[in-house]
Amino acid sequence: MFNFTGFMALFIKEVRRFYSVAVQTVFAPVVSTLLYLLVFGQVLDAQIETYSGLTYSQFLIPGLVMMAILQNAFSNTSSSLIQSKMHGNLTFVLLSPISPFELYMAFVAASIVRGVAVGLGILIIGIIWFDLSWSNPLWIILFAVLSAAMMGGLGMLAGIVSEKYDHLAAFQNFIIMPLTFLSGVFYSIHGLPEIWQNVSHFNPFFYMVDGFRYGFFQQSDVSVYLSLGVTTIFVVLVSAINLILLNKGVKIRQ
Amino acid sequence: MGLAVQFNQVVKEYGDLQALKGVSFDVEEGAFFGLLGPNGAGKSTLINAMSGLVVPTSGSIKVQSYDVIDGYRETRRMLGLVPQELIADPFFSIKELLELQSGYFGMKGSEQNRWIGELLERLALSDKADANTNQLSGGMKRRALIAMALVHKPKVLVLDEPTAGVDVDLRRTLWDFTKELHQQGHTIILTTHYLEEAEALCDRVAIMQKGQIKALDNTQQLLSKHPYRYLRVNVSNPNAKLTESLAERLVEKEPNGLVFQIDKNSSLTETLGLMEKSGLDVTDVSSRDATLEEVFLDLTSEGEA
Repeated sequence: MFNFTGFMALFIKEVRRFYSVAVQTVFAPVVSTLLYLLVFGQVLDAQIETYSGLTYSQFLIPGLVMMAILQNAFSNTSSSLIQSKMHGNLTFVLLSPISPFELYMAFVAASIVRGVAVGLGILIIGIIWFDLSWSNPLWIILFAVLSAAMMGGLGMLAGIVSEKYDHLAAFQNFIIMPLTFLSGVFYSIHGLPEIWQNVSHFNPFFYMVDGFRYGFFQQSDVSVYLSLGVTTIFVVLVSAINLILLNKGVKIRQ
Repeated sequence: MGLAVQFNQVVKEYGDLQALKGVSFDVEEGAFFGLLGPNGAGKSTLINAMSGLVVPTSGSIKVQSYDVIDGYRETRRMLGLVPQELIADPFFSIKELLELQSGYFGMKGSEQNRWIGELLERLALSDKADANTNQLSGGMKRRALIAMALVHKPKVLVLDEPTAGVDVDLRRTLWDFTKELHQQGHTIILTTHYLEEAEALCDRVAIMQKGQIKALDNTQQLLSKHPYRYLRVNVSNPNAKLTESLAERLVEKEPNGLVFQIDKNSSLTETLGLMEKSGLDVTDVSSRDATLEEVFLDLTSEGEA
């Protein structure tokens, strides 16, 4: 039976953990992402053509919001888990009757909250300053939550396998950052040479950005259903790997 | 009385290293059980396997008849572990951690809050309840860990080296507190390096070495089964040359005295005669049974190079 009280306690703990350092975990990512918008938007607004009827800044905002969601959801689970392992306080959770599934759900749910909180901060400023509108909020919410869940799961995986902060930094800098920057956040892949368009299709983050953008403009590089399918498959895949590792206690229960 | 914990052929391997080599024994409900052994004997591995922090390679462990793998929810509700390391969480105060820990066990509400208040009071942590755990002294962290282990009211309390690195006052306080818990019906399992602690508190002890149980018995029986007694003599000339057979029995040399280990069945007159033959000027003699430390050293040094 699902230990709902246990799940909620761990979820609340994880949310309070990042909220207690909100300047670092929420406000700083909002500000740094807005700097991208300020610099790229101002410089390239008149030079780059994306979807019809949109300025480059308007095109850019959903991509930046999704980038922030992805990076912050990843950071939340990965840093929380590695810190708990390093400080030893993961022991408190491991001694409790919380199941691997409940533990996973609590960590991922908190990462969704952080990812969406940062994304919302950027979005509100985008709406106020850049006259951004949205056509289908359900797609927006669906892609925001699923993508954050996928990245929260990926962060969990990185936290499980990492034995020190250096391992986590390698994961973040050599896998997450390149995949995020090459996912179509700053451009439509239709503007790329064909070979790079094909390569982009192998990047799961591309589908998350593209589907999320569809919710705003009802225009996308690939079908929104394909994006939803790929995103869902990755959520299931990453969750399954995590649950196998957690059930076996790999690098967690020695 | 039923069994609180059952270890059955528990093996734990880390690559080529076998930390536990088929450990089997039981701990009865209501016991105050001591698990002793030198560093690296496998005590903490065994305790961690019982608590779910380590997955055994083979064998089984049951707590109150529930298996620690298949019935982990039940066993973790019944076990409270005070870990050896002084762990803390830099994001939360003691009170917050106790509330969160209660939540993990599905416990909340006014009755649980009262219990948290009682624990803080009993462990003299009330005035530090809102302090961040990183700001606490070592002794306070140790007490906070005991509160964490007791927050879900477990039947079995496991203390892994609870008095390591704490001052004499706190050690006494922790002894009194664990005795009180034992009197209230808790089963206590204690690992310690302080053998006087085990002798004073535990009614039954197991001595581990190299992943195996070397001895397991009631504390008094273990002491009485020891084949030697100890003879302490005060002498005015401790540097006198001893005869070969007396020198073999000498275990300790003090400024004004000598301690001899003698067979319980041997004649005291014979030993005193050897002292006379060695020219020792004996001013006082006292005899005593072995301490747990001597039994421990005797058992753990067997087979050592």
